[in-house]
Amino acid sequence: MKSSPRTAVDIANSVASGAMTASAVLEEHLAAIAARESEIHAFNLVTTDQARERAAQIDADAKAGKTVGRLAGVPIALKDNMCTRGVETTCSSKILAGWKPPYDATVVSRLAGEGAVFVGKTNLDEFAMGSSTENSAFGPTRNPLDTSRVPGGSSGGSAAAVAAGFAAASLGSDTGGSIRQPAALCGLVGVKPTYGVVSRYGLVAFGSSLDQIGPFTNTVADAALLMEVIAGHDPLDSTSLPQPAPSLTEVVTQDVRGMRIGRITDMPEGSSPDVLARLEAAFDALRAAGATVVDVQMPSMSYGLTAYYLVAPAEASSNLARFDGVRYGLRVDAKDLNSMYGATRAAGFGDEVKRRIMLGTYALSAGYYDAYYGKALKVRRLIADDFAKAYAKCDVILTPTSPTVAFKFGDKTANPLAMYLCDVFTIPTNLAGHAAMSVPFGTGEAGLPVGVQILAPALGEAPMFRAAAALERA
Amino acid sequence: MTTTSGATAAVNLSSVVATAEQLIDGWELVVGLEVHVELATQTKLFSASANRFGDAPNTHIDPVTLGLPGALPVLNRQAVELAMRLGLALNCRVQPCTFHRKNYFYPDLPKAYQVSQYDQPLNVDGWLMLPGEVRVGIERAHLEEDTGKSTHAGGAEGRIQGSDYSLIDFNRAGVPLVEIVSRPDIRTSEQAKQYVAELRAILLAVGASDAKMEEGSMRCDVNVSVHKPGAPFGTRCEIKNVNSIRSVGRAIDYEARRQIDLISSGGVVKQQTLHWDDAAGRTNVLRTKEDADDYRYFLEPDLVPLAPDTAWIERVRAALPPLPAARREALAALTGQTKESEAIAVVVERGQDSYIAEVAKVGGDAARVLIYVQQAFAEEAAAPRVPAGDIAALSLMEKNGKITATQAKTLLGELVANGGGDVIAMAKAKGFEAMDTGALAALVDEAIAADPDAWAKFKAGEQKAIGALVGSVMKLSKGKADGKAVTALLQAKASA
Amino acid sequence: MPDAISRETVAKVARLARLNLSDAEVDRMTDQLAGMLEHFRDVDALDLSSVEPLTQPVPLSNVLRDDVVVPSLDRDEVFGSAPATQDGRFRVPPIVGFEE
Repeated sequence: MKSSPRTAVDIANSVASGAMTASAVLEEHLAAIAARESEIHAFNLVTTDQARERAAQIDADAKAGKTVGRLAGVPIALKDNMCTRGVETTCSSKILAGWKPPYDATVVSRLAGEGAVFVGKTNLDEFAMGSSTENSAFGPTRNPLDTSRVPGGSSGGSAAAVAAGFAAASLGSDTGGSIRQPAALCGLVGVKPTYGVVSRYGLVAFGSSLDQIGPFTNTVADAALLMEVIAGHDPLDSTSLPQPAPSLTEVVTQDVRGMRIGRITDMPEGSSPDVLARLEAAFDALRAAGATVVDVQMPSMSYGLTAYYLVAPAEASSNLARFDGVRYGLRVDAKDLNSMYGATRAAGFGDEVKRRIMLGTYALSAGYYDAYYGKALKVRRLIADDFAKAYAKCDVILTPTSPTVAFKFGDKTANPLAMYLCDVFTIPTNLAGHAAMSVPFGTGEAGLPVGVQILAPALGEAPMFRAAAALERA
Repeated sequence: MTTTSGATAAVNLSSVVATAEQLIDGWELVVGLEVHVELATQTKLFSASANRFGDAPNTHIDPVTLGLPGALPVLNRQAVELAMRLGLALNCRVQPCTFHRKNYFYPDLPKAYQVSQYDQPLNVDGWLMLPGEVRVGIERAHLEEDTGKSTHAGGAEGRIQGSDYSLIDFNRAGVPLVEIVSRPDIRTSEQAKQYVAELRAILLAVGASDAKMEEGSMRCDVNVSVHKPGAPFGTRCEIKNVNSIRSVGRAIDYEARRQIDLISSGGVVKQQTLHWDDAAGRTNVLRTKEDADDYRYFLEPDLVPLAPDTAWIERVRAALPPLPAARREALAALTGQTKESEAIAVVVERGQDSYIAEVAKVGGDAARVLIYVQQAFAEEAAAPRVPAGDIAALSLMEKNGKITATQAKTLLGELVANGGGDVIAMAKAKGFEAMDTGALAALVDEAIAADPDAWAKFKAGEQKAIGALVGSVMKLSKGKADGKAVTALLQAKASA
Repeated sequence: MPDAISRETVAKVARLARLNLSDAEVDRMTDQLAGMLEHFRDVDALDLSSVEPLTQPVPLSNVLRDDVVVPSLDRDEVFGSAPATQDGRFRVPPIVGFEE
């Protein structure tokens, strides 16, 4: 049997042309899962039977000459915080264990409409709160490149699934870096679209004003293809921008001549030398490809962490209040309603989730709102203003995605703040609602991949993908 | 949601001063109302399942209504339009506004937060005029979502206390509400009743709500305090569950008396939420507001601001139907009654004032017709089925003494039952004919026979053609016929 | 920013959030939250007096939906995931200590 191509673009083309069947592609990925999933734990659920049915249907359609879609036969994994009708959606939390949503998220419908084959629901830090996938109620996910290390988080399962060849692509969600950081740690392309470009309908909310869904892929071209399928206006999401999906698959063939690449001169410190060396190499590569590098300032960048760790928990404390044991999910029985609430939520949520609910509840409560939440929203404005000034001088900005390569299990679990610092470069984008992506750019310590982050203004996906493609070619 | 809850505010929130007659044993009463009304939309405020009362439980549910993980709200345009209509009818300023989350746990609140409007409501600074030119300020009229409905089982009479468990139906969850918050400008329980009645009339007139207090689509919370004239306002209590206009009056009278007696005997009124027990005719304490609720309001990140532009506001304003106050005035002028009379209020509330105008236009006696409509069309829709000409003819027969009031009532009953009829023939058949109506009818027939052209034109809708026919009858009767009666007869015949 | 968070405040916030915490958890949570809030004092260095808060990153307004009914979810499907139901309704333990 001929080995199937590795990229989503090639798989879709092969299946559409009849050179390859969706079923054959799927079986190779299922074989990879059978071989390594018990070691990696990328998935909370592998939907083998549904995937086989779906692949067979696509093959039948292709044979009958029907249109099979732009993602025909592409095996895709979904982060387990996206609703899939009739298929368990747990957010890696005991409080939602066993819940089968009665509806599909918009991204799920859009992928399905283009012939994608869903292989399963991937592990995450509970309710997407974390940077290592160690906070899952169902156990951590291991980095396929070095199983003694974390895959990053919170979308660690989605990153691991693609890195291990369990899926050709996957979707994650990014509230403060949860796509870009695991992409960097697993050597993948990961995109956090502009807020409002991809519908949040059916994504279990963490920080509603920060959350965006985006793809993990092996190549920039694959990411462009997935973006074109999942992006674009959705009337079911009031914060969905009216624009159609950006055209990106053509952009990735363009070069970067004439582009202005921003370098932040007052970047927060603390990145390891191997990471900083790769960032320098990235600037050199883009310069060599015809771009110019310009200095920009982001004096508020380091305050992003504070703003984020007040805004996101505040919104989360409200978003997660619905897990009350009344309509779905876990209930711990008790003699009266209030006891039931307290016992259910105590048993259903893990430590990190409880910590953030507490922090957020406190930040919003009477007497503290102005000091914490109110202040955080003002810092958010400062960051957006700094970005606006910077983007007056450049098209995109390059930073490290993560201050380090993939770290070992347990390295940061003892100190929540140390874990939060993983997100120092990724958070400001979410606060501003801008676009950003991570592209793998060589290796650092222990031969592990280093990701370079490309930041772009709102709706700046096209220049961002141009720069990403140039780094991929370099 | 209450934003005027400064119970012991140093500055009184109303400058209205009670008259001497309005004092209760020397105490001045202060009342403010918070009225929730369900809007008459097809769907819910933020989702597309049906807004319908009385169906099987949990059959109008969707991801948003149930607060399912991942569900997102999208605002209903019609709900906004109805709320704007109401705001404009209440002389409010319609302004750019936002939605907040009000966070609290309760099983009928699926998301554990209610989406409501907080510091930037849609409608602000309006007023409503009561009889006697009493002006009650409207602080705000904002949009929010309703909760589901709890049923308490195992306890006494479905009460929450002592129940074994509760059952929740989410059909009502997410139904659009407008909360209308009055300023504390009301000084008597009678004014409070008038306020609720007038608000209800406006809601019906603009089509914002069916305002059925018995079904809960209009719900009143009443804030009551008492103080000595010239002194600062007293501590107020909020009475919930006041479900009829009559109860509004009774609850206020009871609560005012309770507070006066309490203070007079050396006691102190505590800020409390009370429950009106209509059967027992008293208020009970629901809870004392010592530990102020901490609702952790913050801007709802899943919704964007609502900013109706001038064009939209003016389009809604231009489409507003005539409001009850203006309609009562017009009807009073037409019928020669006072605008405060019950018949005027009832008929306007039913929307039958335009019918009376129509009857008057074809020559009917408006004052009598008002009574007919009030008495005989309680069950009919806004426009009764009986042709205007028939009712006009009846009123003229009574007015001209051709039939007695009792006979008129009998004939009215038949007209309603049959959806119209030739009243002259009906009176004749019943032997009510103690007058020249028969002769008049004969003359009318003769005039028609003599000028079939005019009759055809008139029947075809050419109003001017009636002149020739009336003139001809007058001539035939040698000037003895009543012109109005003739006109009415011709109208009735033409529309028969 | 306010003074360090107290154990009593943490216990009160836990009640507000309907999270039953053991005494040991309250102690631990007090320490951790105090540590984070201390770190968050870094923004005290900023002059924010004339800065407008940014609550939402999208420049949208008046996003509205037509008033058209979409069929309800199937009650049985929804009840399939519910902890307890009875007579077509969700069932909950007795409500104590609330208003009606």
